[in-house]
Amino acid sequence: MSANLTALAYLIASVLFIMALRGLSSPESSRSGNVYAMIGMAIAVITTVINPEVVSYGWILTALVVGGAIGAFIARRIAMTDMPQLVAAFHSLVGLAAVLVAAGAFYNPGAYGIADADGALKLASRIEMSIGVVIGAITFSGSIIAFGKLQGIVTGNPITFAGQHALNALFGAAIVVLVVLFAIGPDPQWFWAMTVLAFVLGFLLIIPIGGADMPVIVSMLNSYSGWAAAGIGFTLENTALIITGALVGSSGAILSYIMCKAMNRSFISVLLGGFGGDAAASGARSDKPVKAGSAEDAAFIMKNASSVIIVPGYGMAVAQAQHAVREMGDMLKQHGVKVTYAIHPVAGRMPGHMNVLLAEANVSYDEVFELEEINSSFANTDVAFVIGANDVTNPAAHEPGSPIAGMPILDVDRARTCLFVKRSLSPGYAGIDNELFYADNTMMLFADAKKMVEDIVKAL
Amino acid sequence: MDVASSIDPFIYRLAIFVLAIFVGYYVVWSVTAALHTPLMSVTNAISSVIIVGALIAAGPVEMSFSKILGIVAIGLAAVNIFGGFLVTQRMLAMYKKKQ
Repeated sequence: MSANLTALAYLIASVLFIMALRGLSSPESSRSGNVYAMIGMAIAVITTVINPEVVSYGWILTALVVGGAIGAFIARRIAMTDMPQLVAAFHSLVGLAAVLVAAGAFYNPGAYGIADADGALKLASRIEMSIGVVIGAITFSGSIIAFGKLQGIVTGNPITFAGQHALNALFGAAIVVLVVLFAIGPDPQWFWAMTVLAFVLGFLLIIPIGGADMPVIVSMLNSYSGWAAAGIGFTLENTALIITGALVGSSGAILSYIMCKAMNRSFISVLLGGFGGDAAASGARSDKPVKAGSAEDAAFIMKNASSVIIVPGYGMAVAQAQHAVREMGDMLKQHGVKVTYAIHPVAGRMPGHMNVLLAEANVSYDEVFELEEINSSFANTDVAFVIGANDVTNPAAHEPGSPIAGMPILDVDRARTCLFVKRSLSPGYAGIDNELFYADNTMMLFADAKKMVEDIVKAL
Repeated sequence: MDVASSIDPFIYRLAIFVLAIFVGYYVVWSVTAALHTPLMSVTNAISSVIIVGALIAAGPVEMSFSKILGIVAIGLAAVNIFGGFLVTQRMLAMYKKKQ
């Protein structure tokens, strides 16, 4: 295949990838979009394999089959509640693959047609490669830490120490120096030194970030994996990689932006970390009286309501309560109650986490609404049923000076009655008390989310 | 002198890159919030198109350090490609409207 035909095939693959993202504008078109992306990937792989320089079919097929089988196995087995960790793990693989491909090109630039007269890597390629390999390495180790935090292997609390930011800045500066040295002379020691420092930096960047900031971090690492791919695309002079990297990079950046906006925090403040966790949660707690209720009380109130809005949060995912919640919704509908779901953008540990769980539990997606769509409805709703969410409903966000001031919240306090499923009165991630617990129209349901919902279903 | 041939090909690649960022920007803003998780898993799968670089490294007949790196990278990217697309498909199949 001539170089022109190869480039055209890569262009077709890129267009199919764009169509896949376009398909995600609605659930109906999304399924065919995913098929377009698969076709695009097949075109890119086949085009490369029929290249006359690529002849080691045995090894290639073995690696494809082994990797593909592992991927397919994981994709079939993974629980939907574990999607955030899976995505983090997948990002780390893209990062590591970028580092390996860069190293492969560094040791054999001739195969990619990017060698200079002496057979060494060209200057421009060296600079592009440095960018790809550094971002790839940061993506790899950063995603491993994010995976560890989401999986509970590493503590979800921020890990901070004195001089942390100075140390990170030092690593950043050292990497820049090594990139310059590598550009001056393509010595393998500079290549590996900057790769190793970038691995360490990725690790240091993510450890101070607390669990509930993970939606921003997972999106950011998604973005990084795209920029790493684009950097390698420039090195290898491959348009499919450049276009795809740009698409993924901007997609992740937009998601990070949406998540930051939903918390009213700046991207920088999230990156600096140290927000939330146990240290922050030691704040003063009010000892005002609380109205607590049983599953029977909750069932009685909701059965006699005309409308109920269910507000799920991370606690629902932890308790795996989504199926029980859907069952409760169905029972309420049989009693003639109008049931809808309200989702805050940062509910859960990654963008869209709650939507996937509700979809898994067979909740029709036209009953599920985003914050802006539904927030005005709370005022004329009988019951807001909050399960596993806290900070995203906290009216303290309306008060200047509060740690979550200005954060858009779901106005569950406007509903006639607010039912709050929670284990205890402990504050949420932001470490501030929730006034809602003590409000006259709030009834606390103290229990494990799943157990409580199952008891309510029995009582219905 | 021919103007087009005097432009460094890097500039064309940069142009493609910048335009693709804009395409990504507008396309991703039109993605519904309910599908943000599938968006992440599918972008993850397509960024594994980095496998084309791994295939070239693994391509030559004779064994070398570069080839070993390429083979490992193919394996890693394949986990992502198959895992990413299949898990996306699994998720998207769950988004249903009643009746």
